[in-house]
Amino acid sequence: MDISFSAVLSQIMLGLNNGAFYALLSLGLAVIFGMLNVVNFAHGAFYMLGAFAALLGLDYLPRLLGSDVGIGFWSALLLGPLLVGLLGVLIEKTMLQRLYKVDHLYGLLLTFGLALIFEGVLTNYFNVAGEPYSGKPAMLEGAVNLGFMVFPAYRLFSIVFSLLVCFAVWYLAERTRLGSYLRAGTENPDVARAFGIDVPMLRSLTYFLGVALAGLAGVVAAPIYSVSPKMGSDLIIVVFAVVVIGGMGSIMGAIVTGLALGLLEGAVKVFYPPLANTVIFIVMALVLLWRPAGLFGKER
Amino acid sequence: MQARIKTLVVATVVALPLAAQAAEPLKIGILTDMSGVYAGVGGKGSVIAAELAAADAGGKVLGRPIQIVAADHQNKADIGVSKAREWFDTQGVAMINDLTNSGVGIAVQRLGTEKKRITINNGAGSTALTNKECGPYGVHYAYDTYALAKGTATALMKQGLNSWFFLQADYAFGQSLQNDAAAIVSGMGGKVLGTVKHPLATTDFSSYLLQAQSSGAKVVGLANAGGDFVNGVKQAKEFGLKQTLVGLLVFDSDIKALGLNTAQGMKFTTAYSWELTPEMEAFGKRFFAKAGFMPTMTQAGVYSSTMHYLNAVKAAGSDDADAVMKKMRSTPINDFFAKKGVIRADGRMVHDMYLVEVLKPSESKGPWDQLRLVATIPGDVAFKPLSASECSLVKK
Repeated sequence: MDISFSAVLSQIMLGLNNGAFYALLSLGLAVIFGMLNVVNFAHGAFYMLGAFAALLGLDYLPRLLGSDVGIGFWSALLLGPLLVGLLGVLIEKTMLQRLYKVDHLYGLLLTFGLALIFEGVLTNYFNVAGEPYSGKPAMLEGAVNLGFMVFPAYRLFSIVFSLLVCFAVWYLAERTRLGSYLRAGTENPDVARAFGIDVPMLRSLTYFLGVALAGLAGVVAAPIYSVSPKMGSDLIIVVFAVVVIGGMGSIMGAIVTGLALGLLEGAVKVFYPPLANTVIFIVMALVLLWRPAGLFGKER
Repeated sequence: MQARIKTLVVATVVALPLAAQAAEPLKIGILTDMSGVYAGVGGKGSVIAAELAAADAGGKVLGRPIQIVAADHQNKADIGVSKAREWFDTQGVAMINDLTNSGVGIAVQRLGTEKKRITINNGAGSTALTNKECGPYGVHYAYDTYALAKGTATALMKQGLNSWFFLQADYAFGQSLQNDAAAIVSGMGGKVLGTVKHPLATTDFSSYLLQAQSSGAKVVGLANAGGDFVNGVKQAKEFGLKQTLVGLLVFDSDIKALGLNTAQGMKFTTAYSWELTPEMEAFGKRFFAKAGFMPTMTQAGVYSSTMHYLNAVKAAGSDDADAVMKKMRSTPINDFFAKKGVIRADGRMVHDMYLVEVLKPSESKGPWDQLRLVATIPGDVAFKPLSASECSLVKK
C-alpha cells in the first residue's frame, strides 16, 4: 500500500477529532481524581447521559409535551452538562461524600456500580445500536474543503470547541482564585477550613465541574456518533488509559496526552489499521514501566 | 351440594382431554437480533411474520395449536446457542427460524444437527451454512452472500466499474460476502485494491472511508449490513466521497432509514420487495397492516419458510425432524416469495433473485415507493451451483 501525504494528513485530522474528545473526557477525570482522589468509573456513563439529554430534549420531550419544538443543539450544549452535573452533585452529596476518607477502591466500586445501573436502565428503553441525533445546527451542515481533504464542518467545530473548553478549565483550575481554593480545599482540607473556606461545598463544586465536562462531551458527540446506552463504556477504557499515561490528576497532562494519543491512533490507522485499537494500551504499558506516575504526574 | 359435585366431576372430565391437548403446542422459535444493528432487518418484524404464517395455517397443525416464541440473541453466538439449547431441551421447540447474524446462524445450525431439530436461516448470509458447515436439518432460505455478490458485482462490472475497495464487517458474514464479491470482481477481470475490516456495530466509519477514498478505486463496496451499512453510507456523504458506493447486502428498511435523497441510484440485489410483483405487494400490505412497516426480505422469508414448514408437518403427519425435512425437500415452494423454489441436498433453497435500483425522490409515489426492478436473476444463475458445493451431504 502506498501512503500519500494527504492520506496521512486526513487521518491526522480524524485523530485530532478523536483526541479532542479524549482530552475533554480525561480532563474531567483528572479534575475529579486530582482534587477529590476519586477514581470516577461513572465518567463514561455521564458522557452517555449528556448525549441522551440532547437526544431526549430534541425528540422525546416535545412528544411528551405535545409541542412542535424541542430543545435545540445550542440550548442542549448548556442544559445537558448542567443536568448531568446536578445529578453528579446529588450522587456526591448522598453517596460519594462518605467515601473520601476510605481507600480509593470504594469510590471506584461505587462509581462502577452506578455506571452499570445507568447503562442497564437505558438499555431497557433504547436500541443498543444507537439512535441518530438529528439536531445538528444548520450552520454546521456540509463540509469544508481543507485542500488535502473534505472535512465535515461539524467535526471541525467539535475540535475547536473542545480545545477551547479544555483551555478554559485549565485556566480556571490553575490561574484563578476559585481554582486555588479548589486545590487548597483538597490538598489540605484542615488548613483550608481554618482559613474559612467551605470545603464540602468546594468538593461538590469540583465533582459538578468534572461530571459536567463529561456531559458536555456527550452533547458534542451526539451529532457525530449514534446515541446509545453503550457509548460510554466503549470509550471509558481508552480515556482511563489516557489519564494514566498523562499522570493521574494532572490537568495539562490529560489535555496534552488526550490530543497526542488521538493523533497517534490516527497515524497508526494509516500504517497498520489492526493495531489502532491497541496502540494506546501499548503506550500505557511502556509509560508505566518507565515513569509509573505518568508523563506529567508527580510521584506521591 | 351433590349437584355441585356432579357439575365439578362433569367439568373435569370434559376439561381433561382439552387440557392435555393444550399442553402440547407445536412451538416455533424466532431467534433474532431484537435491539442491535440488525433489529430492523429481522427483530420483531420476523416475529410478526411467523405469527402471520401461524394464523394463515389456521392457528393449528395436526390438531395442535401453533405457538411462536421469540428471543434476542444480541448478536452473540454464545447467547444464541444457549437460548436455542434451552428451547430444544426444556421447551420442546420444534424449529428455529430467522437467525439473523451468521455467527449465531452457524452455531445454532450446528446445534440443530446435534439435537436433530430443524433450523431455518433467513437472516444470516454466510455461504458456509450450505458448504463446510452444512447440516441435514439446516435450511438456508432467503438469500446468501454468493447470490448477493453475484447479482450486484456482475451488474457493476458490466458498467465498467472494475476497481474495488471493500469495507468489511469483521466476522463470518462480512468475510463471506467480501470473498464472494472479490472472486466475482477478479473473475471478470477487475481489480480489488484493498479491504479494510471494521468491528460489527461501528459508529465511526470516517477513517475507513478515507482509506477507501485514497485507494483510488472506482467502487467502494460495503460488505456489511443493517445499521453498519446505514452509518457507512451517511458518513460517506458527510465526507463527500465521490466514488460509486455499493451496498452488497441492502434491505428495504435500510433504504427507508437513509432516505431516497441519500440512497438514490444505488443498485443492489434482493430476494423480496413489496414492489416487485403483485403477489409480493399483497403480502407486503397484509404485513404492513400488522407491523406498520413493509417487510424486509428476511421477514418475508420467515413467513414463507414457516408456512412451508407447517405444510410439511401436516403432510408428514408428525413433527419428527427427519420426516418433516423429507417433505420440505420433496415439495417445491410456490408462493409470493418463490416460484418452483427447491431445497437442495446442501440445504440451499434456490429461487429467483432481483437486481433493483433505488428511485430518485421525484420518481417516488409514496413513503414506501423506493425501488425499481432492473433485472430478474434466475435461481440457477443466482446461487452457487450444487456441483461447486463443499457440503459433505452432497453426493458427487
